[in-house]
Amino acid sequence: MSPSIVAAKNTSPLRSLGGGDIMAMHRRTQQRRERVIEGGLFIAALTSVAATVTIIAVLLSESIGFFKTVPLTNFFTDTLWTPLFADPHYGILPLLAGTLVTSGVGLLVAIPLGTVSAIYLSEFASSRVREVIKPTLELLGAVPTVVYGYFALLVVTPGLQQIWSDLPGFNMLGPGIVIGIMIMPFVISLSEDAMRAVPMVLREGSYAIGATRLQTAWRVVVPAATSGIVAAYVLGVSRAVGETMVVAIAAGQNTNLSWNPLEPAATITAYIVQVALGDLPHGSIGYQSIFAAGLVLAMLTFTCNILGHLLRKRFREVY
Amino acid sequence: MNHADALHAYEAPTSLGAEARALSFSYGSQLALKNLSIPIGKNQITALIGPSGCGKSTFLRCFNRMHDLYPGNHYEGEILLYPDRCNILSAEIDPIEVRMRIAMVFQKPNPFPKSIYENVAYGLRVRGAIARALLDEKVEQALRGAALWDEVKDRLRTQATSLSGGQQQRLCIARALATDPELLLLDEPTSALDPIATGSIEELLLDLKQCVTILIVTHNMQQAARVSDWTAFMYLGELVEFGPTGRLFTTPSKKQTEDYITGRFG
Repeated sequence: MSPSIVAAKNTSPLRSLGGGDIMAMHRRTQQRRERVIEGGLFIAALTSVAATVTIIAVLLSESIGFFKTVPLTNFFTDTLWTPLFADPHYGILPLLAGTLVTSGVGLLVAIPLGTVSAIYLSEFASSRVREVIKPTLELLGAVPTVVYGYFALLVVTPGLQQIWSDLPGFNMLGPGIVIGIMIMPFVISLSEDAMRAVPMVLREGSYAIGATRLQTAWRVVVPAATSGIVAAYVLGVSRAVGETMVVAIAAGQNTNLSWNPLEPAATITAYIVQVALGDLPHGSIGYQSIFAAGLVLAMLTFTCNILGHLLRKRFREVY
Repeated sequence: MNHADALHAYEAPTSLGAEARALSFSYGSQLALKNLSIPIGKNQITALIGPSGCGKSTFLRCFNRMHDLYPGNHYEGEILLYPDRCNILSAEIDPIEVRMRIAMVFQKPNPFPKSIYENVAYGLRVRGAIARALLDEKVEQALRGAALWDEVKDRLRTQATSLSGGQQQRLCIARALATDPELLLLDEPTSALDPIATGSIEELLLDLKQCVTILIVTHNMQQAARVSDWTAFMYLGELVEFGPTGRLFTTPSKKQTEDYITGRFG
């Protein structure tokens, strides 16, 4: 219940105490104003819900048309995705594989590095060091994703080619690493919050027994913050899965089914960008395929977000 | 022999477990403890009493260098740990080594988010103990020492947070005992507990003093009177009076002590 409702209810017993018509009128005006403000706030809050509902509705309605032509079994078992070819195939697997491999590489970078950095920031860094590192990290989060895309294509991939000379210019490894760098600030900031929320008495208890800083961090603080840290990972996953520009620019647009990060591939997001930029007639199967792909993506990220929020809720209940 | 020593000459424990000598402590520029000298009798219970903010917890936390965790703190004087009379405040001494010999129990039970067993085994694990048999034995011994064994022996693997407040505090005592400390520090260990749980902790302390020297901070004067052998009354960072508990509570030699224990202030 919002505070304004409580306030409005509280005025009624007070009215009898106040007495006088002017006071009563003043109260009525105040009540009316409260109601208007409350309504305004409600509408503001409603917009985000409305947007979500609308997006899901559009995705569903356009996808239904798609799934009338393409049976679900085909969609999930066919290993080819060629909706715009003369011989069209509608298997989501190649795109899903691209999304999962790039995100997987990203998480392999972001989770270990992010966790270690968060432990450092929360348990080891002096306040002065933290004051420098935290804004720098936030800056990393403020870089436009298109810049990250070119960074992957023009810096990271050529760098990797020094190691694997036969690595193609478009591949999943480079963008995957860059996605990892991109979501790292997010993982660090959320897991550091979780660790700093661990009560000081737990740390003192550990130190008092003779534990070192590292033992305290690793054996007490991290376990106590687990659900918060895992929630950070899960929210990081949904960011990685939804990432578009980096993969669209640097992963190539080859819709071939491959689980090898050294090969080029298209992700769900990259496909959507690619097709949405072309001129497809409304209602065509190619046009509808965007929405079907989008629906899969939305399901993936929604699942991750819900999982993340459930974990965060559990984590709040600990203390 | 300075004045403090002369005072203690006829009213001090004969065998010492530890001793604070001319101890001063400051948080940044704020002087919190002023020139305290208090002997801690071996295998006895020494209680620290005084009104809130008098520095009794600050004093206690000096003993295992808890203040080192926060920047800007400064110790002066010495705390000697017997029998080797090593000065635990000395810059050459690693605070972790100090904490290996001196255990602490906090005001609010602070079990780690681990199982009952792992909580007790924690101190041994951080010292590198991994042998199952040794851990099992030590855990049982410590839980028996803390009078908790019979209540938890069938659920050693359950989360420590599932225990009641009194049980959690005894678990924290068991955790502190598992490493065989020479000195046990207790910072108002019963302030978050109900009277029954408090009673069982007090009983436990009386049993424990046979094997460990105890220094306890308490808000509760009855508690100090019930459990301690020696009592130190502190006020505004200074030691007002130190003496055998019975004597201090019946015939305090300072007016301030009398006012405090009769409830006139504090």
